Amino acid sequence: MRLLTHNMLSSNIRGVVNGFPLRIEAGKVVEKNVEINGDFLKNMFVKIDWKAFVEASQSMGYTELPEEADSSMLDSDEFLNRFHHALLELHLEEGALVCPETGRRFPVSKGIPNMLLHEDEV
Amino acid sequence: MASYKELPKTAQIRLVSSHEEVYEPCDDSFALVDALLADRTKLLEHRPMLCMEIGCGSGYVITSLALILGQEGSGVNYIATDINPHAVRVTHETLEAHGVSAELIVTDIASGLEKRLAGLVDVMIVNPPYVPTPEDEVGAEGITASWAGGENGRSVIDRILPIADRLLSEKGWLYMVTLTANNPSEICLEMKKKGYASKIVVQRSTEEENLHIIKFWRDFDNEVDEINNQSTFMGSLLSQIPPFSFWRGNNGNDSDKNKC
Repeated sequence: MRLLTHNMLSSNIRGVVNGFPLRIEAGKVVEKNVEINGDFLKNMFVKIDWKAFVEASQSMGYTELPEEADSSMLDSDEFLNRFHHALLELHLEEGALVCPETGRRFPVSKGIPNMLLHEDEV
Repeated sequence: MASYKELPKTAQIRLVSSHEEVYEPCDDSFALVDALLADRTKLLEHRPMLCMEIGCGSGYVITSLALILGQEGSGVNYIATDINPHAVRVTHETLEAHGVSAELIVTDIASGLEKRLAGLVDVMIVNPPYVPTPEDEVGAEGITASWAGGENGRSVIDRILPIADRLLSEKGWLYMVTLTANNPSEICLEMKKKGYASKIVVQRSTEEENLHIIKFWRDFDNEVDEINNQSTFMGSLLSQIPPFSFWRGNNGNDSDKNKC
């Protein structure tokens, strides 16, 4: 699971009001190089919740992102490279996503989060 | 390598992984990929950033889409979901065997993504469980979830449509497989009320079923004129879709119920 996906995921348990962001329990993190595309990053930047993104990257052991970011920073290659790396190259391979409100753990196994709910959570 | 690149690329059956509890690529999967190939040029010009498949099964379709449109370097990213954990694992293997990747999530339709992914999906592909079955088979464990569609095969389709509407971007396209028994013209009318135009991209009749791959997109021109256009719209759709006549009903026979 990439941090792009993490930034789009919320706790889906019935009754949960603040299900975002899910806290990351990182067991195993892997890096996979992918080609950078500046247009994608620029378009995606406005959709990303930056605070959640920075916290998520820190919980994955990556601390090179600035705490705050604005669109003027997209002109910097250095910033784009870091944004790209954290968004698309870091993968949570094993671990869990934890609902910020209830503490319910959604397991991540072989890079795949399981968001299926128990009957009493739907 | 240059000549290889010129061939239309889709997933190869020999590289598609399998599991006894996962729906294998079949006529409906092939028809959906044919629809994507028929629209290949338009899809490339569409320049989608995020593509999503709901119910990825074996991974044949999302892998084909990734091969058609390219990966991160082309600025495209993919998300695929399935309620069946086996299916998601098989999809992972199929993607990997073709050297492409997608973000995979085990979830019911798009549960967990509906808030933050709203308005971001540029291309959505869905081969839903469309076979008419008793309601209690819908969403059952394992392979049953891949075809059991409840009354008229519409139970899951009718849950997916509002979610698709929520997730699709302004320029978003939805490609969906339907069966004549699902009453596709009524589905198009439902989507018309949400502001979507529709078109049949591929129609295929097999011994067992009559499949339509329908493409939906937001129709900003006609939104205001909805009521005036309704009669013309129904007329044009009815000319595209044969009347409800192919469904032989559910007789509880497994081979008849399965999508293949």
